[in-house]
Amino acid sequence: MLNKRNPQLNRHGELIHLLSIEGLPRDVLTHILDTAGTFLSVNDREVKKVPLLRGKSVFNLFFENSTRTRTTFEIAAKRLSADVINLDIAKSSASKGESLLDTIANLSAMHADMFVVRHGESGAPYLIAQHCAPHVHVVNAGDGRHAHPTQGLLDAYTIRHFKQDFTQLSVAIVGDIVHSRVARSDIHALTTLGVPDIRAVGPKTLVPGDFKGMGVRVCHSMEEGIRGADVVIMLRLQNERMSGAMLPSAGEFFKNYGLTDAKLALAKPDAIVMHPGPINRGVEIDSAVADGSHSVILPQVTFGIAVRMAVMSILAGNEA
Amino acid sequence: MKILIQGGRVINPATGRDERADVAIATGRILTIGAVPADFAPQRVIDAAGCIVAPGLVDLAARLREPGHEHEGMLESELNAAAAGGVTSLVCPPDTDPTLDEPGLVEMLKFRARKLSLCRLFPLGALTRGLAGETLTEMAELTEAGCVGFSQAEVPIIDTLVLQRALQYAATFGYSTWLRPQDGWLGKGVAASGAVATRLGLSGVPVAAETVALLTIIELVRTTGARVHLCRLSSAAGVALLRAAKAEGLPITADVSINSLHLTDVDIGFFNPAMRLTPPLRQGADRDALRAALADGTLDALVSDHTPVEGDAKTLPFGEAEPGATGLELLLSLALKWGADSGLPITTTLARVTSDPVRVLGDALGSLASSAGQLLAGGVADVCVFDPDVTWTVQPGGLISQGKHTPFAFESTGTALPGRVRATVVAGTVAYAAPST
Repeated sequence: MLNKRNPQLNRHGELIHLLSIEGLPRDVLTHILDTAGTFLSVNDREVKKVPLLRGKSVFNLFFENSTRTRTTFEIAAKRLSADVINLDIAKSSASKGESLLDTIANLSAMHADMFVVRHGESGAPYLIAQHCAPHVHVVNAGDGRHAHPTQGLLDAYTIRHFKQDFTQLSVAIVGDIVHSRVARSDIHALTTLGVPDIRAVGPKTLVPGDFKGMGVRVCHSMEEGIRGADVVIMLRLQNERMSGAMLPSAGEFFKNYGLTDAKLALAKPDAIVMHPGPINRGVEIDSAVADGSHSVILPQVTFGIAVRMAVMSILAGNEA
Repeated sequence: MKILIQGGRVINPATGRDERADVAIATGRILTIGAVPADFAPQRVIDAAGCIVAPGLVDLAARLREPGHEHEGMLESELNAAAAGGVTSLVCPPDTDPTLDEPGLVEMLKFRARKLSLCRLFPLGALTRGLAGETLTEMAELTEAGCVGFSQAEVPIIDTLVLQRALQYAATFGYSTWLRPQDGWLGKGVAASGAVATRLGLSGVPVAAETVALLTIIELVRTTGARVHLCRLSSAAGVALLRAAKAEGLPITADVSINSLHLTDVDIGFFNPAMRLTPPLRQGADRDALRAALADGTLDALVSDHTPVEGDAKTLPFGEAEPGATGLELLLSLALKWGADSGLPITTTLARVTSDPVRVLGDALGSLASSAGQLLAGGVADVCVFDPDVTWTVQPGGLISQGKHTPFAFESTGTALPGRVRATVVAGTVAYAAPST
């Protein structure tokens, strides 16, 4: 089979879509993080705007419900002076039977410059990137279990902010790894940036052994997984998985894998605790930890806007 | 019609015959191979110089999409595709709409196929009504209507009591049951479990989906004595179970698809929907085991698993795309490629798509059983003439089948395929002649 070019990069190796962190070179990631750093100050200004995307139309296409991620993309685009159009497709065209590509063709005809896409099926943004007009950039805002690259980048940004260097770190990712696009994007981002020790922690139903192939250590014991960690990333446990064949109950999950001060004491004394949000207090994380001194959950949100501004401004500057 | 196939290299895999000879055909039968009778006056002469004259291919798994899915394929278009691919007999599964659980439907299909005289059609009847896995079909009636066996197509029987009874009932009358071994619960994913599915976030189908079903089927064959053909094995572990069952002497045969024989999950690349197939593409070690098992005869036959899928059903995210690929026009070339890659004699390669599938069908073929899949004087004149030395590139738009989706499109493989059909003769009439002949 032919080794096809990564569809995210143009002939010069520049980023034209952000679909996944997998396969992106380290310097591309570092460039995004550095650019995000310069945007962080914009958020502190009295007039929180730069004109980089003035006259451009950013369409938020959310085939799956999300308030938080959509809002942060909207804020990021508006701070870059773009026009933002929010389409809640979960409630409109798709429910009228319009096909994904028909929706894309229609929106392209409205002269969109960028699509921010969330979709329940892994790989949907690749299909959109393949079929949209050449000048349109696609940003994956979460597809199925596959990827949530801006979350991976903002997690990397947060870790770099608090720990400076990636190359000596131990990072534990805890919870429902198998269904998590955040976990996959975190793993790709951190392995690319040189983190030597990443542990995927959870029961075998949520952390299958196949994850070893992604360059992580699979730990089924919370104690083993968290011991000596510099960073602990807790994942959200979806309601529908709290009881059934994956897990017997949220309570038993919390008992084994929920992050409490006692368990956190096994990590390094200066460990940071992260969570992509929204958090389930008392399911994957104890309130005392979520609100405690190790928690960097709110800075993650702030950095998220800067990282999304960086991604959108970089994409807008590159041509297919 | 009298036809003379002149100057070709005649290969009959079943007997190992391989020699330059002329083939004279009259009234649907092969008159002579070798010396042509002095008074033979052919109406048509096929110049086979430089070509191999082989038995027509016998494909044990090809969907024609009629009735019910005519937007994806029609009897005529798909049988024309078969003829262009050198396929002279094909077996179609019962997952049409309505399903083939009614003798009238089977008779209608057989009748229309006969009228087209492009390819012999052997339908499989539904094992249970509507493939619902509950009530047995009228197997005797369906057999009289022309069914060569009974199958659940892609729908596994969840209730093992029903499966046991279906096998007992079929065994009573000597009917064979064709089952694709896939556990109904474990088989719900969209890609084979493994590193690729994990990385891409695609729900997985573990090898256990195949082996759990195989263990159940093999045990039921052991206790019922039913004759079972296993459709499209996909894993090394499945091959190991098959090998052991055959060594034990159980009446089991099996096939593999051109897709599983040549591709792996890595070929999914960036969510290429052309690679959305059932069974799902597995890992390199599985593919190697399938190739070796087909070479040593553990797997009896190679099938196209031809499944025309309309364009819109493939321009969807990977998990939502309809599984399947076109295959009738690729079967010969992909058999030849596998044979060449594996260093097999051409007789062995061709046996897996001619005489071996006929052996799988066995008595169900009736009087055809003794000569279909072979080239024998006095036998049926189903012939495929192909040039083994030309290569071609698969351009989906140029395929005759209504299904244009294939993982082997030149655009994605960058590889040319060996062997091109020059002419196909079915029951003594020319069903296909390449434009240049």
